[in-house]
Parts: sequence; structure tokens; C-alpha cells
Amino acid sequence: MNAVDKLPAPGAALRLVSGNHACALGAVAAGCRFFAGYPITPSSEIAERLSRLLPQVGGVFVQMEDEIASIAAVIGASMGGVKALTATSGPGFSLKQENIGYAAGAEVPCVIVNVMRGGPSTGMPTRPSQSDIMQTRWGSHGDYPMIVLAPASVREIYTETVRAFDLAETFRTPVVLLYDQVIAQLTETVEFPDIGDDARAERKWASGPREAYQPYAANEDGIPAMSRPGGGYRVHTTGLTHSESGFPTQNPEAVARNLGRLLTKFERHRDVIDSWQALDCDDADVLIVAIGISARAATRALATARAKGVRLGLFRPVTLWPFPETALRAAAKTARAVLVPEMNAGQLELEVQRILGGKRVYAMHRYDGEPITPADIAARAQALAQETAI
Amino acid sequence: MSSTIVDSAAEFDVRDYLRKEMMPHFLCPGCGHGIALRALLWAVHELGMDKDKLAVVSGIGCAGRLSAYIDANTFHVTHGRPLAYATGLALARPDLHVVVITGDGDCLAIGGNHLIHACRRNLKLTCLMLNNEVYGMTGGQVSPTTSETRLTTTTPLGNSEPNFDACALAAAAGASFVGREVTHHVPKLKELIRAGLAHPGFAFVEVLSDCTEIFGRKNELGSSAEMVLRQKSELRPSAYRDTVNTPFRSNDLPTGVLSKRDRPEYGAAYRKAAAAQRADAAAKDGARTGKGEF
Repeated sequence: MNAVDKLPAPGAALRLVSGNHACALGAVAAGCRFFAGYPITPSSEIAERLSRLLPQVGGVFVQMEDEIASIAAVIGASMGGVKALTATSGPGFSLKQENIGYAAGAEVPCVIVNVMRGGPSTGMPTRPSQSDIMQTRWGSHGDYPMIVLAPASVREIYTETVRAFDLAETFRTPVVLLYDQVIAQLTETVEFPDIGDDARAERKWASGPREAYQPYAANEDGIPAMSRPGGGYRVHTTGLTHSESGFPTQNPEAVARNLGRLLTKFERHRDVIDSWQALDCDDADVLIVAIGISARAATRALATARAKGVRLGLFRPVTLWPFPETALRAAAKTARAVLVPEMNAGQLELEVQRILGGKRVYAMHRYDGEPITPADIAARAQALAQETAI
Repeated sequence: MSSTIVDSAAEFDVRDYLRKEMMPHFLCPGCGHGIALRALLWAVHELGMDKDKLAVVSGIGCAGRLSAYIDANTFHVTHGRPLAYATGLALARPDLHVVVITGDGDCLAIGGNHLIHACRRNLKLTCLMLNNEVYGMTGGQVSPTTSETRLTTTTPLGNSEPNFDACALAAAAGASFVGREVTHHVPKLKELIRAGLAHPGFAFVEVLSDCTEIFGRKNELGSSAEMVLRQKSELRPSAYRDTVNTPFRSNDLPTGVLSKRDRPEYGAAYRKAAAAQRADAAAKDGARTGKGEF
């Protein structure tokens, strides 16, 4: 066994790992014991790492025949009660959409990594992009809720992978981990934090007599308890619109009641789900909103500008969907202008405009396969600060 | 009928395996799918399988809807993907007995890639493909098994594509158990499914069903009984064959167990290799540090 295939001990010494490697380590630490995937650049290292790591801990790795089979096998494993992961990039993420919708509708926990590369279509497989921001939220047909996490460093890929599993299990939902090619293949020194083995979220499991169990009962918190096959409950799981019993229904009242619960099930848990970083926002004249490698470039721009007396702030949603809008509104309080640098033709910008209504929101797009630089952001933000000066 | 055939159905009550709250079922009068479902549950009964440990995964279409009627752990998944879902479930939960119910369109058209790779992989799964030659649920469109010249709602000029022999396809892809039976021989169908369920690897079982209401009506094939009798006259009696020469179907179809091979079961092989790796790593770690390093 090669040293790189060792699992990190909590509080272990510093290790030099890539983002995709950190994702694999985070998955195992989170209790993931099943991975199904299909080779695709730039996410393949996650599969390669897990093919070595999972057998060490009694888990299963399988390379499936295609992207659709991979997500299907992951949902199948999770329906069997095992924490499961798949990883892909844009073209594969497009192929998985129907079954991501199944997991959302049938409320089967699972984690899907999307390492963003240039698009559309085959695009630029080895070049970074942030052009799947909207697809992660709206990619499958019909109305459904979605949680998407957007880490910005190798260390954060590790911790957010763990959190992705915790959220998926807690809220019976697919969770997408979304990051760009730069961070995926960036190698950084990471001190693996102690994530607390005992603190991992467990799925709410069915208990009590079979006759009284309803697989899609709202319960007090809006999250139904799941039954493990073999536990005596013998339930039916379907992608058809179903009632609390799990069986298909087209009764308008039952549909409205059950779909309504599904669509709002994250709302009362936003204190747990929302996550963001607000940097120097208290007195910012220009607020930058960015994710991933663009946010890291913005962090550097902030320092440059502050040194010149230009007050920039950064709001970085770590939970990208549902968007932490209350936190964004608070962070934007003093800002006269908002700048959204993103590696696409304008996606995050739309959500920021929606949330910040009256504010002046400026876009900064780049889709040529190169990351947006700190100098680009600093120059544009400083110009905006001058233009909007009172 | 020969008096030597003993109907052991006497001790089998299909109602013990059905979800009564789902009755009446939605199958059309004359549809062969109910016969196939009964044969499956009869085989489950004879094998003494625990309903709690039985998982049935089905796709979309008339065949796909059958899982909802079975009192077991049932999963009605997306179109064409039941074998892929079942692969994940069976790998994650080797203690379960996983059965797939699929139709000819679900299994051979949209799900064709999953079929050939499931055959190749040889994970322990039983795949029951109910072939009625048509997309019945969506109103009667041509499928990969529709016979040449037949009329469907999307072949108004008559089907001009050759139809798949699903068993030949499965055998060519490496399936370790391949069989075909028809709905007019229920005890024989039950025996075949039972052999498939007991097989230690991937078992592919094709059931020639019939769609009286849509396909039969469109092609003026008469009543359900006439359709079943026609199937019977076009099929050779049960015959064992090691290989099937063509992936396209002739009118002369063998039934029974068509192919059986002794191949390693994927899940067991994977778990064995993983356990060996763990033992090896533990020995090396022990030699180096005196303890494990997880």
C-alpha cells in the first residue's frame, strides 16, 4: 500500500494533498462506504483514490458502465442503508440529472461531486469553469429542493465533503458538492481537522410497529424516517408522486400536501444548512460575491485594495443552494456596489440581483478557461468604488 | 394433461405475497404479466425466501409497475435503470436477495447498456424480463422485440427492424444463467424462475408475455387465449443449447434453461479481494509499527 492511500488520523501531521484526494478522504471519514463512478476529467482522482480507500474500511467501490448507472447504483446502495457517493464533471452531471431528481423526490440521501470544467458540451475538460451553478439547482425536471455546497480550498473540500454527508443523511436528500477544476487539482498542505467520529449524522430510521409506519410521514421536523430493507417494514419506493404511504397517488390534496412538504423541507432548518464566509463586510463600499477559486482571488484583491485604503468586502456562500440570502443582505448593508466575479457568462449574478433588489450589481465574467485573477478583481472593484463614491 | 404433473400450488397462496391494499391491479384483461408475477411469487414461496430479505427493483412500463404489488422491499425506479439501481443495492447489501422486473423496452432499449454489463459483471441478481413485444404503457409503440412486419402506433407501415433475441444477447454478453419460458406453461415458468433465483450469479430470465389489449388488437391476433396458443405453436419444446447463433430472433425459439456457465460471482470476489488486502495491510503495519494506522 502506498503512503498516499493512508487514511488520515484525526489531528495527524500536515499532508500535501489535492482537492480531489481530500474529497475521497473526507468521504471515508464521513462514513461513506459505497462509491460508483465513471471516468471523467477532472474528477477521476476521486474514484481512483476511493478504489483504494474503500476496501480498507469494508466499503465497496465499483466503476459502472456509464454516468447514469453510477448515480443509479449510488441511490440503490443508499436505499440499502449505506452512505454513498459519486463524482463527475459537467457532461456526466448532465447525464445524471434524471436520477438526481429521483433521489430528491423519493428522498434518498446521497452525495454527488461535480468538478466544474469548461462547457458547453465536451467543452474544455482540463480547464476550470464555474458554469454549473444554475444546473446544480435546476438541472432535473420538475420542482424539487436541493442542497449544494461550494468549497474554496483543499481543506474545505475535506470538511464540506463531511458536511455534505451529514446534511444528506439528516435531511434525506441528495447533496451536490460543487467545485472548480483549479481547486480539484490544486495541491495544498492540509492539517486534517478532527471531525469527531461520534458526531456524524445518522439517518432517521423507522421504529415502532409496521402498521403505524408511514415512509413519507411529515413528522415534527418535516423529515420522514427511512426504513432499512430487512428491517421488517417492506415499503415501496417510487419516483411517481406518492402519498405518505409511499404508494403512487394523483389525488390533488395528497399531492399538494406531500409535494408541499418536500419543497419546503429545508426552510425551517436553514440555521443548520446555511453556511458562508463574510470578510471585511462591515464597512465595505464594494461587496464582492464569489465562490471557489474566484473567491480566493477576491480575498487577495481585498488585501491589495485595503492597503490602498479602498474598502472592499467579500461574501462567499459556502452553502450555495439554498442561497444564504439573509446573510448576504446583512453583508451588503454598507455596500454602494456589488461585484460578482464568476467563471461563466453570468449565473451567480442572477441570484445576487434577485436577493439584493435595489443594489447596483455588476458582473465580471470570464469563460476562456483561465481563472479570474486577483489583479482583475482589484482593478474592477477599485474602479467601482471610485465611480460610486458619494 | 398428464396426471404425473403435480400442482404444488395447493400449498401456495399468492395472496400471502401480495399487497392487498394495492388491489385491484391495473393490468388489462388478458395481459400475461400477472401470470409471470404469480410464477415469480410461487418460486419465491417454494424456495422459502424471507419477504423481509427480498428486494424487488423495477423500471418503467407495465412490467415496472408490478413491484408495487409485491409484499417485499420494493423499488420502482427510473426508466431503463433497474439493473443499475439493483447493482448498487446488491453490492451494498449482500444479505438481500435482489430481483429485477423489467420489460422489453426498459431492458433492451433504454436500459440495454446496463443489461450487457450486468451480464458481464455477474453480480448475484435475478433479472426477469417480461417481453410483450411492445411499449404498452405509452400506448403501443414499437419495441426492440416487436416482430418484423407487425403494426404498432409508430410502425404504421409494419415494423421493418429485426427484433432482438434477448437470451442470445444476454448469453453473448456473458450471463451465467439464461432462460426463456412462456406464460402458457405456468409450472414450467415457475421452475425456470426458481432455478434463476437459486443461481449464484447473474440470472437472465425472459418471459414471453402477451399484450392482448394493445398489440394484439392492433395486429388482429385474437383473444388472449389465441395469442398464448400462437406463442406455443411457434416455440420449440424445452431444449438445452450452449450457444445461440444469432442475436436476432427466429420464429423457432427454444425455451427452458438455454445457457449456464460457472463463473465467479462479482460481489463475493470483490469482498474476498478486499479482505485479503486488509489482512495484508494489517500484517505490514503490524511489522512496521506494531499497530494499525487508520
